[in-house]
Amino acid sequence: MSVAADQVYTVARLFRLQWEPAQNAWVLLYPEGMVQLNQSAGEIMKRLDGTRTLADVTAGCEADFATTGLLDDVLGFVAGAVEQGWVRRV
Amino acid sequence: MSERRDVGPPLWLLAELTYRCPLHCVFCYNPVDYAGQGAELSTDDWKRVLREGRALGAAQLGLSGGEPLLRDDLEAIVREARQLGYYINLLTSGVGLTETRIAALRDAGLDHIQLSFQDSTREMNDFLSSTRTFDLKNRVAQLIKQYDYPMVLNCVLHRYNIDHVQQILEMAEAMGAEYVELANTQYYSWAYLNREQLMPTREQVERAEAVTDAYREKVKARMRLFFVPPDYHGSRPKKCTNGWGQVFMTVRADGSVLPCHTAGMLPGLEFPNVREHSLAWAWYDSPGFNRFRGTAWMKEPCRSCPEQEKDLGGCRCQAWMMTGDAEAADPVCDRSPHHAQVTDMVAAAGTPAVIERPVVFRTDRTSRALIDERVAGTPTADRARLFEPALIADCGGER
Repeated sequence: MSVAADQVYTVARLFRLQWEPAQNAWVLLYPEGMVQLNQSAGEIMKRLDGTRTLADVTAGCEADFATTGLLDDVLGFVAGAVEQGWVRRV
Repeated sequence: MSERRDVGPPLWLLAELTYRCPLHCVFCYNPVDYAGQGAELSTDDWKRVLREGRALGAAQLGLSGGEPLLRDDLEAIVREARQLGYYINLLTSGVGLTETRIAALRDAGLDHIQLSFQDSTREMNDFLSSTRTFDLKNRVAQLIKQYDYPMVLNCVLHRYNIDHVQQILEMAEAMGAEYVELANTQYYSWAYLNREQLMPTREQVERAEAVTDAYREKVKARMRLFFVPPDYHGSRPKKCTNGWGQVFMTVRADGSVLPCHTAGMLPGLEFPNVREHSLAWAWYDSPGFNRFRGTAWMKEPCRSCPEQEKDLGGCRCQAWMMTGDAEAADPVCDRSPHHAQVTDMVAAAGTPAVIERPVVFRTDRTSRALIDERVAGTPTADRARLFEPALIADCGGER
């Protein structure tokens, strides 16, 4: 299955996405562990809410950071996140 | 004393809520003198500890023991923890996990349950041969599924069950486990008392790991398998809890705060108690937490070792228990002058002289008898090292 702009994703059941002020970062919490996300990963992950398409997620990131051309980055990140088991397709 | 480097926040808080336990595991790492410890913290104490830990930056919370389900305020503790934003993991034997309780825990916001599934050599025999134990674990496993928790099973291996890894994995698969951790016994506290009897041979460990690898191939991502080899069978030590005082903090039933589960046995260290100090002071300022931070405390061979940052000298408790010097290199390391103790013990594993000695079960009564023996000054030197200096002083014994 390849990741495409019209698909919708959400955080997988085992994980919780949360902003951690002490780490100044979004983190993914899971049994016995924690992944600290870098800024762009955090910005993408927090938008994977099970309703927005990846095209919408991309548009949101582009608007917030006043830039364009992020779709490939978003698709690439989500493909990696699927492989890690962090997110699932809705 | 190590220099005060920039210390990050504790990310992981382990709350050992009680040392009461319905089980009597021979490999338990709770202190051998737990029966002499002071009163358990109250619900309000725990809530304050959780608030302070969260303010420091802790995000992972382990609720352990003993058997944490023996605290009847477990649900209240979970509710507070969830409101504070912890990711909460309950480490339980499953004994006492009724549908009423799991429903209440789910409602309170518990994230995750790790079910341990053999409890002692007696229990293990029971488990492999008797329907009674299987039914109990199976019922709990079904409840865990029913309440939409991932099924995470933990099984402690030792020479009496390590040859059953195939059956253990088949049973785990039949229960619908998603994660299985096969953790070899590490030799602390009760396990240290029993280490000659529990020690598997090198061949047993290799066989069990091969069986696990083959099973992993078969089930792939459907069931994730983790095999944790025993320290004693390696030649390089592991970092203490990912680095002493780096990410991990334990608060025990009596309120004492430690950098790892077993550090209470180390001599000459005073660890703070949440009844008297804040968690922030305990973490950043207490002499106990700063004692083995960094590398400045090291002696040879660690001091000049190129791998010193990789393992930070290994486990301080292992060094203390085996050498009587908490600053020594972890004897698991083949550069330690004491390494032969470890290899000799592994080589002797399974020989008749070792097997014929009875194992010591973790019970309140045995714990009290061990304390009496310690106060009377009769245990062997390496056994004596398992006792908490402060506790023995309180009991009127010599240090």
